[in-house]
Amino acid sequence: MAASGLHARPASRFTQAAAASGHAVTIGRAGEPGVLASSILMVMGLRLQHGEQVVLSAPGASAAPALAALADLLGTDLDAADET
Amino acid sequence: MSAAGGQVLVGLGVGRGVAVAPLALVRPAPVVPADEPGPADEAGRAAAVARVERALCDVAGALRVQAANATGTLRDVLGATVEIAADPGLLAEARRRVEAGTGPATAVDQAVEGFAAVFSAAGGYLAERVTDLRSVRHRVVARLLGVAEPGLGALLEPSVVAAVDLAPADTAALDLSLVAAIVTEEGGPTGHTAIIAGQLGLPCVVRVPGITRLPVGTLLAVDAAAGQVTVAPSADLRATFSVRSVAEAALSEDTAPGATRDGVPVDLLANIGTLQDAERAAPTAVAGSGLFRTEVLFLERRTAPSLAEQTEVYRAVLQAFGDRKVVVRTLDAGADKPLAFARQTVEENPALGVRGYRLVRTAPELLETQLEALGAVARSLPEAERARLWVMAPMVATAAEARDVATRARAHGIARVGVMVEVPAAALRARAILAEVDFVSLGTNDLAQYTMATDRLRGELADLLDAWQPAVLDLVATTATAGREVGKPVGVCGESASDPLMALVLVGLGVTSLSMAPAAVPAVRFVVRRHSSAQCRAIAAAALGCDRAVASRAAALALVEPEVRTVLRLG
Repeated sequence: MAASGLHARPASRFTQAAAASGHAVTIGRAGEPGVLASSILMVMGLRLQHGEQVVLSAPGASAAPALAALADLLGTDLDAADET
Repeated sequence: MSAAGGQVLVGLGVGRGVAVAPLALVRPAPVVPADEPGPADEAGRAAAVARVERALCDVAGALRVQAANATGTLRDVLGATVEIAADPGLLAEARRRVEAGTGPATAVDQAVEGFAAVFSAAGGYLAERVTDLRSVRHRVVARLLGVAEPGLGALLEPSVVAAVDLAPADTAALDLSLVAAIVTEEGGPTGHTAIIAGQLGLPCVVRVPGITRLPVGTLLAVDAAAGQVTVAPSADLRATFSVRSVAEAALSEDTAPGATRDGVPVDLLANIGTLQDAERAAPTAVAGSGLFRTEVLFLERRTAPSLAEQTEVYRAVLQAFGDRKVVVRTLDAGADKPLAFARQTVEENPALGVRGYRLVRTAPELLETQLEALGAVARSLPEAERARLWVMAPMVATAAEARDVATRARAHGIARVGVMVEVPAAALRARAILAEVDFVSLGTNDLAQYTMATDRLRGELADLLDAWQPAVLDLVATTATAGREVGKPVGVCGESASDPLMALVLVGLGVTSLSMAPAAVPAVRFVVRRHSSAQCRAIAAAALGCDRAVASRAAALALVEPEVRTVLRLG
């Protein structure tokens, strides 16, 4: 995740990718209810910090490749890959 | 209201300028009615969700077009609002509320406020996005309620910008090259709008009832000196105004140092709030700055500016003025200027609470850091120039507080230390205060507010707030007399310094410098240079001899040189 945490431009790239995936992807901290990964307002509102672990999920087995790609994006695009 | 030609709307003028231009309106944010009906049944809910979806989509589309036509910062700001309006999370939050039976405009309002609360609490970058969130909220709610969108459409020609009142964000968004004048229904002559207008040299009239009910595009003649707005002015009036603008321009060609006709110097100084203000004021014929309002650096910030950042700004402002003096006022926050990072317990009477110098009681590090930065700047100046950095603290009420200010500032190597006199207690004890410091500066806006027990933000009490009120004049005289007796400078940095007639009274009372919005300097220079110090003293005595504000002003005016009255249209 970007050193500055997940907000502004990095968040925008992530939410756009989530929206483009066509799946109802949610993102959140482990043990907390996730929020719409396609919503920049909700994702920024999480105030994720650099290196924080997040959980991505979406209903249906068909979403697995999309989730992997999004996790990849969080990792590669935005520095250290800590996503589960 | 019909726009009858020649109809004159009366308010309170700020500054002296005139302008003739068509009306442009800044519409206020729409208010959601508390009793907005919610959808009654399944079909109603579906229809309401569809309306919300359509409104968000339309607003995103309109903003996208505006962003495409904009450039620079405005383009970025609009781009951010497009993203918000199109956000699926915002729609989801609004939809959830509508499906629970909430009315559509209320649902959008609540959804936005939910995000705004999270973002505000987060601070920093996110908190700054709250303005964008609300801007989207206003547009969407306006559509859902079927009312005109708020704000000011893009200006296509020089215009008279009118509003119920302007928030700082509204003024920041104005394309100033196309603002000919500002007129508001509310606000007072010393409020935010008036100060900004004065700083920019724009003619401004506040407290003009009915101005926002005129049709957009109505031609208006704005006369700030008279506090009048003429609707659909005649050709004759337009010609007169154009002559007056030429005369105003001629006044600014005199760049001689401020002094009475018999050569008693009166420093004419600029009030500034930012480095940009300093850079705009420095090339004009001023003897420096008599009021650098440092709180502008601090307001709308989530964290206090660092020592390094403050040092850099103060140094740059000093540099902008070359070898001229700069009077830096330490942080004047609190009351109507709260600080996000020095949040206090909520005060019922903030104007009477922990503000200005009094912040040393709750957040002493703010003043210490400022003084440390100013001390560093003083030490970096050549020895001979150190005395041109003057530092003063606002809201000092006692001689003991003045001594504390002086002790703290001198410990940082600041050569000239003073305090503001804006609390009646300080004016009454000016001699004791002057024993502790090198100079004082009268803040006449606050002095009037505290003397007359009249909130500066209550426009309807503006007559009580008048600097011509005998009680206010008495306190100014007491302070000036104390200064004369001990031979220390007494300046004025409130609005009254920019009123040419009042300037003569102040000089007559023994005030040694007048600091004002740079646009006001030419008229004040003209009036001071046309009167001897003996005339000024007679004018001051006449003003002090009356028991009503209106009579004081009339008595002063009667002794003004006829030529000056004609040129400045004093009446």
